[in-house]
Amino acid sequence: MNPEPLLRVDQLTTVFDTARGPVPAVDAVSFEIRAGETLGLVGESGSGKSVTALSIMRLVQPPGRIASGRVMFKGRDLLTLNERDMQRVRGAEISLIFQEPMTALNPVFRVGDQIGETLLVHGRATRRDARAKSIELLRSVRIPNPESRVADYPHQLSGGMRQRVMIAIALACQPSLVIADEPTTALDVTIQAEILDLLREMKSALGLSLLLITHDLGVIAETADRVAVMYAGRVVETGPVRAIFRNPAHPYTRGLLASMPGGRPGQRLRAIEGSVPLLGELPPGCAFTPRCPDRFEPCATAPPPDYAVGIGQEAKCYLHDPAASRGESAGGGRPATVGSRQQPERDAAR
Amino acid sequence: MPLVEVSRLVKQFTRGAGLFQSGTTVTAVDDVSFAIDEGETFGLVGESGSGKTTTGRCMLRLVEPTSGEVKFRGENVLGFARARMRQARRDMQIVFQDPYSSLNPRMRARQIVEEPLIIHKIGSRAERRARVAELFELVGLNAAHLERYPHQFSGGQRQRIGLARALALNPSFLILDEPVSALDVSIQAQVINLLMDLQQQLKLTYLFIAHDLRLVEHICSRVAVMYLGKIVEMAPTASLFAAPQHAYTRALLSAIPIPDPDAPRQRIVLDPATVNRGASLREISAGHFAAV
Repeated sequence: MNPEPLLRVDQLTTVFDTARGPVPAVDAVSFEIRAGETLGLVGESGSGKSVTALSIMRLVQPPGRIASGRVMFKGRDLLTLNERDMQRVRGAEISLIFQEPMTALNPVFRVGDQIGETLLVHGRATRRDARAKSIELLRSVRIPNPESRVADYPHQLSGGMRQRVMIAIALACQPSLVIADEPTTALDVTIQAEILDLLREMKSALGLSLLLITHDLGVIAETADRVAVMYAGRVVETGPVRAIFRNPAHPYTRGLLASMPGGRPGQRLRAIEGSVPLLGELPPGCAFTPRCPDRFEPCATAPPPDYAVGIGQEAKCYLHDPAASRGESAGGGRPATVGSRQQPERDAAR
Repeated sequence: MPLVEVSRLVKQFTRGAGLFQSGTTVTAVDDVSFAIDEGETFGLVGESGSGKTTTGRCMLRLVEPTSGEVKFRGENVLGFARARMRQARRDMQIVFQDPYSSLNPRMRARQIVEEPLIIHKIGSRAERRARVAELFELVGLNAAHLERYPHQFSGGQRQRIGLARALALNPSFLILDEPVSALDVSIQAQVINLLMDLQQQLKLTYLFIAHDLRLVEHICSRVAVMYLGKIVEMAPTASLFAAPQHAYTRALLSAIPIPDPDAPRQRIVLDPATVNRGASLREISAGHFAAV
């Protein structure tokens, strides 16, 4: 029996309306996160990973809008909730940690008040005990001297301490899902290690699920249970973390892993040629086709569906099409699109 | 003789000084010495605030050091008068981290690359044009894009423009200040390959300032680790990564996320109180120095 995952994102499409028409930043993205699990969402800039996070939280700002799909969280489709119900979800059941704690925190309020506000808004504290609870939360994220730090302004804290405050705010209402968008990118490597350790500990202590968004494959390897790789708005590969690192199935995943320094010092790195295509100028088939060392006839014709490549591992790549092995694929070996868009288009103007 | 020799370099900044108060002095670079051989890639690593960027800027006198010496081909550039310094900078160039803010958005790519030639009054108009086209090709840019503005290029291409500009005057020494840290992983590798190719082709010497230790391990022959303004360890790269001596170096190396889910991980946490800040560098093994 397969229990319903905590979060199931299903064919989510978020577009940005431009003068040249809607451009999909997130294109029919599907993945799930089970209770207690860490899913690493990896991709380069412009791959749509942050827009995916904002879409789950329904925080996409115009000209962006969610065009279709479902975001099933604890059995409810978040995309159908009214704004008031959605506000009860944000911060209380799902919370978000941003990359830049300096810009995410309000510079003119004391950190204690910012934690307290989250508690008050969601009815988790009264004016009377908000301060004591804030101190407790600061202590739990291991900020030294929380009794005095609670009265500090964000600029009085170091980058690592600010990110701890962000984590304290994110955990204030004991959410079941935390989305961390590049939580350590702005930090030094030793501080990054401390923050990742803290996130891991909090995750197991509180039994929460984590959606960790990053471009750093090292961070993914150390933190994630499963991985989803995004390229040009699409999830091109998903799988258990070991499978992704040991047996990457999509040429983009393989290219990313191969391009990292390692191997013999001084040797040329195995770079992925070309550059990430601009959204709105995507090639018709698989968006990776122009850069792909393994491209063949079907790649440019239509976006590939997900093919199973291992236990719990899927890749959107015709190399793994069982019906058409490479070389004899000139004819219509392409399967009827598996898992295609069965969802009715939903108007985002709710 | 090394190409570049930095001795006892110090840079102090004064904070909060005003009409009625003298302010506090911060020592960003604290008695830093190292030498770089011709053709070498010397890595300078450390975290934000360690003084690595300020050290690089002091070497080109983009920031005036408080004291010390920076010898280039045996001459102390800190003693140079303005005109002589300008001359010296033809041979010592810098590539900045952020290709988004380091290029003038109002200038076309051609103008950005040509500007150093104009400033140094090199060549006729036609000769400069030919040189810019040659530089474009050298760094792997399409000559058809010469008249574009920076925003019309991707991050990786912008970094190539910065590199073409730095190479315009045929320098022998380049300071690369976090040259790829603003770039995506797949593009980083392209630029690193380009830097390695150019070094061979043009016989360049690099000072590579970076916080990405994996990259440093890959391209540097020797590395110096900076911590709170001081070099705490300096060694041939393989030696430093295999047998780090200083507590800070150990903590730093153990914090690098390893892109392998099965790699054994042992995090070493630095207790700043245990660092003897007064210790000076001593040679532990051949060429391997540590302040322990």
